[in-house]
Amino acid sequence: MATAREYLADWMMPHMWCSGCGNGIVLGALCRVLAELGLGRNEVVITTGIGCWGKADDYMSTSAFHGTHGRALPAATGIKCGNPNLTVLALMGDGDGATIGGNHLIHSARRNIDLTAIVVNNYNYGMTGGQYSGTTPAGKRTTTSPAGNPEREFDLCRVVAAAGAPYVARATVYHVTLMERLIKEAIQKKGFAFVEVASGCPTHYGRLNKIVGPVKMMEWFRDSAVRLGQGEGPLVIGKLVDEDVPDFLERYEALRANTAVDTERDTGR
Amino acid sequence: MGKIRFIQGNEAIAEGALAAGARFYAGYPITPSSEIAEIAARRMLEVGGIYLQMEDEIASMAAIIGASCAGSKSFTATSGPGFSLMQENLGLAVMAEVPCVVVDVQRSGPSTGLATKPAQADVMQAKWGRHGDQEIIALSPTSVQECFDLTVKAFNLSERFRVPVILLADEIVGHMRENVEIPDEVEVWPRRLPTVPPEEYRPFRPDADGVPPLAFYGSEYVFHITGSMHDETGYASNDPKNAQRKVQRLHDKIHKNRAHLTFVRTRIPPEAKVVLVAYGVTARSARAAMEMAGPGVGLLELVTLWPFPDEEVREALAGGKVAVVPEMNLGQVGREVSRATSAEVVGVNKANGEPITPYEILDTLKGVM
Ligand SMILES: Cc1ncc(C[n+]2csc(CCOP(=O)(O)OP(=O)(O)O)c2C)c(N)n1
Ligand code: SF4
Repeated sequence: MATAREYLADWMMPHMWCSGCGNGIVLGALCRVLAELGLGRNEVVITTGIGCWGKADDYMSTSAFHGTHGRALPAATGIKCGNPNLTVLALMGDGDGATIGGNHLIHSARRNIDLTAIVVNNYNYGMTGGQYSGTTPAGKRTTTSPAGNPEREFDLCRVVAAAGAPYVARATVYHVTLMERLIKEAIQKKGFAFVEVASGCPTHYGRLNKIVGPVKMMEWFRDSAVRLGQGEGPLVIGKLVDEDVPDFLERYEALRANTAVDTERDTGR
Repeated sequence: MGKIRFIQGNEAIAEGALAAGARFYAGYPITPSSEIAEIAARRMLEVGGIYLQMEDEIASMAAIIGASCAGSKSFTATSGPGFSLMQENLGLAVMAEVPCVVVDVQRSGPSTGLATKPAQADVMQAKWGRHGDQEIIALSPTSVQECFDLTVKAFNLSERFRVPVILLADEIVGHMRENVEIPDEVEVWPRRLPTVPPEEYRPFRPDADGVPPLAFYGSEYVFHITGSMHDETGYASNDPKNAQRKVQRLHDKIHKNRAHLTFVRTRIPPEAKVVLVAYGVTARSARAAMEMAGPGVGLLELVTLWPFPDEEVREALAGGKVAVVPEMNLGQVGREVSRATSAEVVGVNKANGEPITPYEILDTLKGVM
């Protein structure tokens, strides 16, 4: 039985994340889930874009692909098509996965490619110094919204669900047991599975919005998250969508099987 | 023996890719390259490959890089504006040393320009479109046959040197129809896989020729591929010495292997005082102009555009010959000829979406002879 430790690239430690950052909590959960599933390090490919959470692949011992900002999902799509036996996970920040990469998020969900996307949403661009992203709530302060964010945020889970993802879930770094369960289900799900993890960036978002220090950030998640079915609010956590629909490659193979005659047409052969 | 088919350049490119072993296409349609996507969509179904129509060219480029890492030979096709969108991830393929082929069927610009009209104005974009010091390979076909042959070559060079290869075609060769011989089998350069035990594999440790073997995801090898600065293990490294060595090696693995990737065609009579330097479809007008002008004129056709064939150009122009460079832009290759030699360079340049005729070249030749 594999241990969570084996999925960690411990020779890369210490990591570069600030103390109190939520990223380490998600990384730990991910390693434990991979161990529980008993996946070989060569059977898993982690794709990332750019950002603090996008550095997660540096700390993992599985195969990995660290590409450009916002493009972890299309790279993952190619990898999955290149070898459908692989378990492919795209790890992205809210800037990476949902703002610059928003178009890919929508289309990957619609295409229903069999991937697991984990967006760690810390409501700002951590790596570049705390500017606002597509998930920064309206009115909140960041280094580029000094008087409050004039734009409105979007609800990632609702966007991804509307685009057709068969699995959509949300947790926070405070709700670790739930997060682990959802990530595990997402990996096991055939089709595009999306998990949003609300996380703290005490260095930028917390400090600028008077949620000072990692403890205060945790209390914020504890107090504002609402379990599914137990009320309303911007931070409903739990499994929001779970449907069974054929994924892209399944559909493609089915179509291939009955197009043999059609393809001979007007190609001059 | 193979078979003779009367097909379009774009179809020949798609067939060349399949013959070379491509089994993954990801792209976003744009004229004048769209037929490549349409043919790939049909043919991938037949040959057991996958066609993916992505949401844009950025995603297409990322997807072909990913598929290549997973062991599937992959390509995409586009034109000017789409090529611009691919540049960031092309840089990733250079840095991460991932083989793949990008076909750019050039059209008019800047921007949307005369959208569907031909041009040869992406020569510099192919070389310098990305940030950072880097080398790529770019080949330019003059005929439909060459669309097929050079696409095969592009895949082979890409696998051999772990570098993206750009096929710089243009609207005219892309859309023209000619007889093409499609051989039953073509020479295919197989990916050089690692031979060491998995725990010893370093995805960026070069062999003697400067090129590291590349495993594929899902094999027994576990490895990291990254566009960030990395050491031989594929993990991030900020060490300046390592960075200098890496960037230099990316440069050297192309330049030190020039003999294997620089192709030109030379027809220079001993009495030639003027040499036409041409590439792509314009080389055909240059051939005709040369015939009309007589033995005082030679012709150097550039098949490889990048790395630029400095030595071959120098040799062809030795002895104080004048270079006449016809191209459908305002002098992109002409400037390279000037850089490579001390020859006098006279351009025949057109950027109006119309081809350069043999007569236009002849007029210029008369002026310098
Ligand atoms: C094309 C491009 N634009 C901008 C950047 C600069 N950049 C790096 S990371 C980042 C945002 C990171 O924010 P997020 O994805 O939310 O991740 P976090 O750092 O918060 O984990 C930006 C804008 C880049 N690397 N590439
Ligand atoms: S800047 Fe924010 S997101 Fe980045 S490591 Fe620090 S706390 Fe985490």
